[in-house]
Order: sequence, then structure tokens, then C-alpha cells
Amino acid sequence: MKGFLLSLQSEFYKSRKTLGFWSAVLLPLLLTSLISIGFYFKSAKLAAYPGKVLWAQFSGISLGMMGTLLLPIFIIFIVYSVNSVEHKSDTWKTLFTLPIPKWSIYSAKFFYAFFLILLCLMLFVAFTIGFGNLLGLLKPELKFLDAHIEKELFDIYIKLFLGSLAILALQFVMSLIWKDFLKPMGIGFVGTIVGAILVTNVRWEYAYAFPYAQPLHAIMGLSKKIRVNSDLEIFTNEVLASMGIATAIFILGYFIVKRLSIK
Amino acid sequence: MVIQTSNLNFYFGKQPVVKSLSLQVPEQSIFGFLGPNGAGKTTTIKLLLSLLKIQEGSISIFGQELQRNRLSILSQIGSLIEQPAIYGHLTGRENLINRAKLLQVPVSRVDDMLTLVHLKDAAHKKASNYSLGMKQRLGIALAMLADPKLLILDEPTNGLDPNGIIEIRELLVKLVKDQGKTVFVSSHLLAEIERMATHVGIINHGAMVFQGSIQDLESISPPMIQVETDQIANAANFLKSAGHEVNNVTDTYITLPYTSKDAVAAINARLHNQGHKIYSIGKVQKDLEQLFLNITKNA
Repeated sequence: MKGFLLSLQSEFYKSRKTLGFWSAVLLPLLLTSLISIGFYFKSAKLAAYPGKVLWAQFSGISLGMMGTLLLPIFIIFIVYSVNSVEHKSDTWKTLFTLPIPKWSIYSAKFFYAFFLILLCLMLFVAFTIGFGNLLGLLKPELKFLDAHIEKELFDIYIKLFLGSLAILALQFVMSLIWKDFLKPMGIGFVGTIVGAILVTNVRWEYAYAFPYAQPLHAIMGLSKKIRVNSDLEIFTNEVLASMGIATAIFILGYFIVKRLSIK
Repeated sequence: MVIQTSNLNFYFGKQPVVKSLSLQVPEQSIFGFLGPNGAGKTTTIKLLLSLLKIQEGSISIFGQELQRNRLSILSQIGSLIEQPAIYGHLTGRENLINRAKLLQVPVSRVDDMLTLVHLKDAAHKKASNYSLGMKQRLGIALAMLADPKLLILDEPTNGLDPNGIIEIRELLVKLVKDQGKTVFVSSHLLAEIERMATHVGIINHGAMVFQGSIQDLESISPPMIQVETDQIANAANFLKSAGHEVNNVTDTYITLPYTSKDAVAAINARLHNQGHKIYSIGKVQKDLEQLFLNITKNA
């Protein structure tokens, strides 16, 4: 456990000056501020909507973008950045000669990638709520202050997060094995496109079992639920499948690391 | 013995890279691990550090079997393998702080290390902007950070300027003499090892071709006296007639076996009294270089 905490602290120390870390903060900040600026200037047109509908529209834009393409690509990038720090500096060999169990090094890296994605998604919740309320104050005709969606939005993002764990695990193991960005990026990108087709065009009944389809599957049609205030079921098929696949790949990844020879 | 391997074999695919290697590294020694490039030095070091899985044979370090006591052994080793592994986006100091935190070493030691390897002025510069020599010194500082009992250094003077090489050499000698450390250092340069090692192992094509103390190595090829003088042939004949054994005569030098300092002075005086001009005279170990080449070529 000590080795894990030390490694985790080191992951933060190493990445705190990299784009990988900052993008987890900048992506939600940038996206929500752009949407907010749009809402600010279109306030006259949007003034007619009741609070719940307005919130659903406001949060639905970033949620939709993240769910379809942005989140899988972001995961590919973040996960790669966590492992590429070692590939680029040729530091795997030093990490594995430290008196720290390989399990701790591996799981700390995995957990750190997991944390960055969670941080990013939670910031989406915080910025959406924050900017929405700010808009309600700056433009009182926008009825943001009339309704609250904190709980619903939090649940949706948690669901999205859990639904993306399989992608995270798959991409993590790929970027652990491969030094170059193109392989995990290529596979991840193709997977994401296939996932989107399976869910939206083909509407395949088993799409929930395909990792790259799971985030989109998880949040499809959820902004409606914000509008009607209905309860959200988090642990649906695709979320459970994603968590199961992630756990299996996480364990498999450890055996890969354990057998990894540094040539 | 600090490091002991027996019948270590390692293959990349079907190609043997390390063959029946039995290393014996005594405590408080500087063990020079010599061999030409591609001889299997780095592979051996990676095996010693458990970066490569042992395929055949065994390794024991500090009297403990490596595979079963990996972490407790690694906690007493500082290492530098091939090019120093340094995070380029961090400064030199941050690289050390990161390692200090991982190893739970007080951060105050970071500054001591920076001073030791003369990187204090460049401590806040990004490591990617360091010269190769600076990176190498930072790598050595990282290896020494936790004050390990055993240092395993793969070509540590690579890329260093002559001053840097001397500094590292002096530092290693001091660590062994004053602090009782053991240093295992690889190199492809005999002259470098000769100047600091107490023990030598020579590896070629994966197999150990010589192992022993530096004196053992010298005794295989004793030191010589090399004389540069005018009228080489006459001088050589004169020395022979005076009872000296002459090993070799070239266009510029006469080479004789070295026995003592006084013998060198006597040869000098004799040639001088005979009217020869002596341009240079001295003890040379050059044949050791030759021996190294012979050993590694023939093996």
C-alpha cells in the first residue's frame, strides 16, 4: 500500500507540468465556457424555456460531445500521456529497479489515469453547474436559477465515467505495451467510430458489450431524464459490462507488466 | 561476495547473449566489468537488476537469492543503465526530488547530491536541455541518492569530458575507500577500468574470459620499460650485451621487462654513458591493452 501511495504521489509530481494533466482541467473549462458564451449571447432566444429544459439543453451539449467522440479520444490521450512519460524518458527500467513492487507501480499508474478521467468529468459537472448559475445571475431572463439538476447531472457523469472504464483499461494496457502513439490511437479511434455506428445506426442489441460503444450507450437519451426529473439507473447492462471488462483487463495488464522484460 | 552468479545463461530468441557466466564480486571492491560493445555487459547488468528474467543459472546478491528477495536486494542497490533515464520535462532537481519521494529519502539529500555531481548551478534547468555529460552526472546522483551499499553503473563515464571522468573515478574510489561501498562498473575501455578497479572481469561474446584482481591481470602481462632513443639497433644490442633481456625493438622504441624503478634508472644511466640520446624512458602497461584485445579477439 505504501508503495502504491508513493508511486501515486510520484505520478502527480511527474505529470503536474504536462499537457496530459492540464488537459483534464482545461477541456471541461474550455468547453463549458464556450457553451456559456453562446448561451449569454443567445439569451433572448433561450429566455422562453423553463429552468429544467434550459439546464437540459445547457448540459446536453457537452454531455453529447463527450459521450459520442470526445471522451473516448480524451481517454486515449490521457492514458497514453501517463505511460508515455516513461516511454519517452526510457524510465521503465529505473522504475522497475526501485524497491517498489511492480504491482504498486502498475496500479498507481492505472489509478492515476482513472483519477484524471474522473477529475475531468467531475469538473464538467462543477463547471456546468457553476456557469449555469452564473448565467442565471448575469442574465436573469435565463431561468437557470429556477431549477436544480446537481444530483441528476452528477449521476449521469458517474454513469458515463463507469461506462468508459473498459476503454480506459484497454487503452491503458495498449499504451503500456506500445511505445508509439499511433497504434493505441488508431485502434482506439477505429473502435470509437465502430462503437458509435453500432449504437446509433445499427442499433445492435449487444452493442452494450462492446467497450467503445459503452459510454455512448450509457448516456443515450439521458438529457430527457433531466427534463422530466425521472430517476436514473446507473448500473445498466453497458455499465456493468464496462466495469467487468475493465476489471479483467486490469488484472491481465498486471501479468503483462510482471512478465515485461526491459530489453 | 556481494554479487555471485553461477552458470548464468541468457538467450534473445535462440541467440545466446550471456554464456555460463559466473561472476564473483567481492565486498568493498570496484569491479570493472570489461568487454567490447555487444559483449553482453548490459544484458548481464539487466539480469543483476532483475529487469530481465533469469532463464538459466542463478544470481545471489548480498548472499540472498535475487528472484525471491528482489525488493530487499534492490533497496540496497543504486544503478545507472545505458543512457541515464531522466524525465526531460522536469528540472534536474525535480528529477531528484521525485526519486527521493519514491525512496523516502529526505529531500535535503537532493541538494547534497547536486553539489556532489556539480549540478547545483544547473539544478533548475530542464533536464532535456542538459548536455550528455550533465545527464550522466544526474544519473549518477540518482543512483547514489538513497546511499546504497552497491552501485551498479553501466558505462558511467560515457559522454563525460576528461575532467568529468576524473571526478567520477575519484568519487567511486572514495566511496569504496571511505564508505565501504561496492561498485560494479562496466566499460569497454580498459584504461578507464585499470585506473580505478580493484577487480576485473572481462566478457566477450557473452562468456567470461578473465576474472580476478587487477594484480592478477597485470601478472598475466607484466609491465614493460619503453625506451626511445637514437640509433635504436645499436642501443638494443648494447643493452643485450650488458645482460638485459630485450623483448621488442621497433623503429622508435626498445621494450624491456620492468623489474624495478632502480632498473629503469640503471638502463637510463648505461645508455647515457654509452653516448645515446634518450628521448624518453618509462614504465608502460601498454601490453595490457594488447592483452585485452587479444583476449577479446581470440575468445
